[in-house]
Amino acid sequence: MAPILEVRDLVKKYGDFTAVNGISFSIDEGEIFSLLGPNGAGKTTTISVISTLFTPTSGDASVCGFSVLKDPMAVKGCIGVVPQELALYEDLTALENLQFWGQMYGLSGKALSDRISEVLDQIDLKDKAKQRVKTYSGGMKRRVNIGIGLLHKPKLLFMDEPTVGIDPQSRRAILDSVKELNRQGMSILYTTHYMEEAQELSDRVGIIDHGELIALGTQEELTRQVGETDTLVLHIAENEDPQPLVDRLQTLEGVRRANVIDHEISIITQSAQELIAPAIRTAEAMGIKIFSMDIREPNLEAVFLHLTGRALRD
Amino acid sequence: MRKLLILALKDLKLIFRDPAALILMLLAPFLITLGMGLITGRFSGSATSGISNISVAIVNQDEGELGETLVAVFESEDLADLVEPTILLTPGDARQLVEADQASAAILIPQGFSASIIPDERSGTSGEVVLIDFIANPNAPTNAGVLRSILDAFLTQVEVGRIGAEVTLSQFAQTGKLTPELAARLGEALGAQLALQSAQAQPIQLEDTTSGAAVKFDLLMYFAPGMALMFLMFAVTYGGRSLLLENRTGTLPRMLQTPTAPAHILGGKVLGIFLTAVAQLTILIGGTSLLFRLDWGQPLGVVLLILAAAFAASGWGSFIATLFKTPAQVANFGSIVMLVFGLLGGSFFDLSLLPEWVSTLSKITPNAWGLQGFTTLAGGGTLSSIGEPLLALVLMGIILFGVASIWMRRRGLAGK
Repeated sequence: MAPILEVRDLVKKYGDFTAVNGISFSIDEGEIFSLLGPNGAGKTTTISVISTLFTPTSGDASVCGFSVLKDPMAVKGCIGVVPQELALYEDLTALENLQFWGQMYGLSGKALSDRISEVLDQIDLKDKAKQRVKTYSGGMKRRVNIGIGLLHKPKLLFMDEPTVGIDPQSRRAILDSVKELNRQGMSILYTTHYMEEAQELSDRVGIIDHGELIALGTQEELTRQVGETDTLVLHIAENEDPQPLVDRLQTLEGVRRANVIDHEISIITQSAQELIAPAIRTAEAMGIKIFSMDIREPNLEAVFLHLTGRALRD
Repeated sequence: MRKLLILALKDLKLIFRDPAALILMLLAPFLITLGMGLITGRFSGSATSGISNISVAIVNQDEGELGETLVAVFESEDLADLVEPTILLTPGDARQLVEADQASAAILIPQGFSASIIPDERSGTSGEVVLIDFIANPNAPTNAGVLRSILDAFLTQVEVGRIGAEVTLSQFAQTGKLTPELAARLGEALGAQLALQSAQAQPIQLEDTTSGAAVKFDLLMYFAPGMALMFLMFAVTYGGRSLLLENRTGTLPRMLQTPTAPAHILGGKVLGIFLTAVAQLTILIGGTSLLFRLDWGQPLGVVLLILAAAFAASGWGSFIATLFKTPAQVANFGSIVMLVFGLLGGSFFDLSLLPEWVSTLSKITPNAWGLQGFTTLAGGGTLSSIGEPLLALVLMGIILFGVASIWMRRRGLAGK
């Protein structure tokens, strides 16, 4: 079966700056594929090119068998886009927004009203559909933003960081709706910088950094890249400077890499159990108090750290 | 074509849900026209206003002509049914009348009011700034508001005359056509003349070009289209601004990701600006016809002029949007354009009061052509007599839309 999306050597440059540097990947029908990377890695630019908003500098992508270069209108008819920013009209009601965007996707008459009714059910806003969007909470606005992308039942849905800046409850609801859409047969390209989201949702993950796809595969395949390692996480006081401790920990036997974010030190090691005692002794010797520690199985965060030397949130 | 209309109607809906836009698009021109209507006595004896015999206490301590003129305005026959002035000698008496609820407001014209505006013939200088005191009766807010409108309209007229003289002379002086000494001497004369002339503005006599006969022309019939055309520029720059705003908020990129041709999206946005302009002019013209009983002239001519003026103004709105990067820049520049076009296009005063070159320059504004057309129709003109302004407005729109569409594509507003 031909993939629903195939990206080939895609490059996008803005003057001297290369936002996307020769990435290639494909998505099979019915698959959730996540592009995981820190802010500014090139995730949104990649989606913008594939969704025909920007023309690639070189390379091509085919969506539903149509080239983004040669047949952009056919591509647009096949995809749905949920942008990172809330692309809505706040002075219109949710219903009016859905009517407008549905019409822009070519729907009209009964087909449009039926579809709006279904989408309002899906995003759980039927009761408040006639309220202006500006009166909604951030989470409700996000749901309308997603609903617009679903109106024309796209075969492939692009979701660009749809959970940024919302409360945990709304986030949970969005993640559940992504899984439900996928169960209904929709293929999804999901971008995020939250490792947990990529882990929970994805069949396969592409890790992107500085415009390059640095790893690609299932979660098992990716974590295997880090080898048989554990991550020992140390939490220290906020008034302590963690960097000297990180530098000392790097020199301990068995430590592959150490990194710090917000007074949380992550150490990739072959055996976390064996490192606990030396790590505590080192901290004590430096007069730094460790509040708590935990051991984590290899995950995508560790993969990113392993590949780039930086944490995802850096 | 269907998507063009969907987009345009969406924009129309959005602008009519923006209270700030509605105030500037509809309320402001209405209120200014209303003020002009009151000062020109358009509502005297009119059963439509429902307001009459508003008592006002006036104290005139000014020795000059402007104080007398203001009193004369309130005592004029045109306002006879609307206001009932009582002339008093001291401010204390006037305040007492207001406090006793026997007057809706008191107007205190201080000593030196005329001298503060009209330069002294010998010294060539104006006196210190003095302000007219307006004391409103809190128990009669509507009546006090009407009196305030009459006073404001009078003061606006005086100010317009004074500024007109200053601008004209300073421009002549800057270009070397006048020496500073001569400018000062002329300033005394012209300032006094224009301030008084504006203050004493009476219905204008216009030559009816079609019949050759002189017809009486209502001053309000000049200010109503003048204000409508001036605030039309606000509506079109608002529309132009929305294009950049949509680009910034992500709705324009989202539209470009739908199966809609970029040209249709731009076309829809431009159609939205045009429909907004048509709606604004139609509401203002319809409203002034009903409320002020203005006769705008031959209906078909009025419709064609509305469409042509909206087309030309929309061209300006689209063009201005292509000049700037942010919506705020468009809004700021749009406000300046609105005022400059208003002044230049004759929305505030008759262009014949100004030098020939101003009249020539005014031809770049839709205001001047629109005003020419509307006043011609109101003066009894026929369709053939507004051919020139109609053609000029349509040509203006075509040129501006042509330039704007090329620049929009270059700037990537239609996709990158």
